[in-house]
Amino acid sequence: MNTKLLSPRGWAGVAAALAVLLVLVPVLHLAVPPDSALHLREFHVSLLGKILCYAICALAIDLIWGYAGILSLGHGLFFALGGYAMGMYLMRQIGSDGQYRLPMPDFMVFLNWKEFPWHWAVSDSLVAQALLVVLVPGLLAFVFGYFAFRSRIKGVYFSIITQALTFAAMLLFFRNETGFGGNNGFTDFKRIAGVPLNTPGMRVTLCVLSGVVLVAFFVMSRAIVQSRFGRVLQAIRDAESRVMFSGYDPVRYKLAIWTLSAVMCGVAGALYVPQVGIINPSEMSPAASIEMAIWAAVGGRGTLIGPILGAFFVNGAKSWFTVAFPEFWLYFLGALFIAVTLFLPDGLTGLLRRPGGLLGLLKRKPRP
Amino acid sequence: MTPDLMEAGAKARAAHAARRGAGYGAPVATGAPVFTQGVALYVEDLTVSFDGFKALDALSLTVDVGELRCIIGPNGAGKTTMMDCITGKTRPDAGRLSFGSNVDLRRLTEPQIAQIGIGRKFQKPTVYEPLTVFENLELSLQGARGVRASLFSRLTGAQLDRLGELLELIHLKAEAERAAGLLSHGQKQWLEIGMLLAQDPKLLLLDEPVAGMTDEETERTGELFLSLEGKHSLVVVEHDMKFVEQLTEGRRKVTVLHEGRVLAEGRLAELQNDERVVEVYLGR
Repeated sequence: MNTKLLSPRGWAGVAAALAVLLVLVPVLHLAVPPDSALHLREFHVSLLGKILCYAICALAIDLIWGYAGILSLGHGLFFALGGYAMGMYLMRQIGSDGQYRLPMPDFMVFLNWKEFPWHWAVSDSLVAQALLVVLVPGLLAFVFGYFAFRSRIKGVYFSIITQALTFAAMLLFFRNETGFGGNNGFTDFKRIAGVPLNTPGMRVTLCVLSGVVLVAFFVMSRAIVQSRFGRVLQAIRDAESRVMFSGYDPVRYKLAIWTLSAVMCGVAGALYVPQVGIINPSEMSPAASIEMAIWAAVGGRGTLIGPILGAFFVNGAKSWFTVAFPEFWLYFLGALFIAVTLFLPDGLTGLLRRPGGLLGLLKRKPRP
Repeated sequence: MTPDLMEAGAKARAAHAARRGAGYGAPVATGAPVFTQGVALYVEDLTVSFDGFKALDALSLTVDVGELRCIIGPNGAGKTTMMDCITGKTRPDAGRLSFGSNVDLRRLTEPQIAQIGIGRKFQKPTVYEPLTVFENLELSLQGARGVRASLFSRLTGAQLDRLGELLELIHLKAEAERAAGLLSHGQKQWLEIGMLLAQDPKLLLLDEPVAGMTDEETERTGELFLSLEGKHSLVVVEHDMKFVEQLTEGRRKVTVLHEGRVLAEGRLAELQNDERVVEVYLGR
């Protein structure tokens, strides 16, 4: 039995990732002059920050799909809810600098609203909204999960319901009356905690913060899957009835990991929004959620590190493809998914971990 | 009634309630099962129907504490349905199911039934394939089953000793660190039996435990079950007559189920001469 949190090489990897984030990225972007070949461009810093947020989602998906066998096709909803909670605060931070020069957000002025709706009550407080980033996705996931798991909804039925859930939420958020800016969502953010957003320093800060959160979530997830809790999850994935007849209540276990996973996505969304500068209901579209599952599948489920790599690989490829061959990106994504399903059932990590591969460092045992 | 009398009565009641076991002042509806009657399991008039088909038709039987009982019967006799009812998987339409003299099994969920001491082995060996043999047993080990406990639990010395004992008992010591999915069919059966024993149940329900085992493995399994008699109550559902012979040693009771009812009960030799039994089952 392996009780170590990470192997020495695993810790070396974590240290290297932190070094890149905390030293290399800030130095290359802020200290190296822009005309130097080594300078990290603004575009790349925000791309990195964005992918780091996506990687958190992929990790969250892996916890439920890879370890507990629950495929969610609706995690984009939790991501978007976290993003909206942060976006509300950022909207308030615009103050009177909007198009209409009024203290209300532009879309409310446009709708001729005179005061804030009830759900904007605490939106001027960063701390309160940060709490909502955790509470709203967590609570929704808990309530939804409680009924779904208690009713023993499993497999593809569960996946379809999650898909329907995010789709329904998207339609709700599209409506102007909901008070979330309708189909335009929130954008045009100016500052956070009084500090302007559109500066190199803030860009690097947010990017580094996303990375540090990702690393922290990774280590936490690792601790979870190495505990008896993690083994019970895997047991539920493979033989749920055996687990029940051993005296475990699978509902509680599934609910715990499901809620945690949703909260992780919410946090990722909150980090994402100030970096990309926009949040709108398209984040809740079914396609966005399916893409998250693709990152995890491409990287390799049940490995934690795999989905993180998968998020980097797919989004890196997407970023390059959409510039080089804008029309072909979706074909490529489809081909990638087919290729992984057919030839790499264990994803990229499965490829790397083959004899002589690079990644013996993080996985405990070969799958049978 | 004077206040003093009421007070005295309340005191007497409290004193009785503090005593272990059932009796005046100790209502027995909750908590641990009580076996003072010497009976581990009561099944009374159990009826289950699926779309009008009666899988169980007023089935009644009792299993004593420490008894090893074999149950035989042709396909569709209701053996597995009976186990499903006892373990909470299927809710009976009518009848009573009691564990000990007090615990009403119809009110409990599957995990609760497992926690109060009923273990079940499936017909098809069911183990956690990607986990090691050791981890399979570890998860089944008796103890707290909550989420929080599972996040922070560490194995104690006594638990490690118990796991070592179990590995020895099921002859899988050498395979402890192998993934359970890599075991042979017979070894998986043994592992699942070991997982049941790790739960330390009072009653073990074993659904065709030697299916797919070699003759030698079957015999060793029989020896294991015989050694458990007295410590646990065992209910073995089996088709293999040779195995039933080995288990009953010519003296233990065998129950024959047919069409959801108990057709006959007695020693194997008697049953083999019972015309009704021969007709529905043995003679074919």
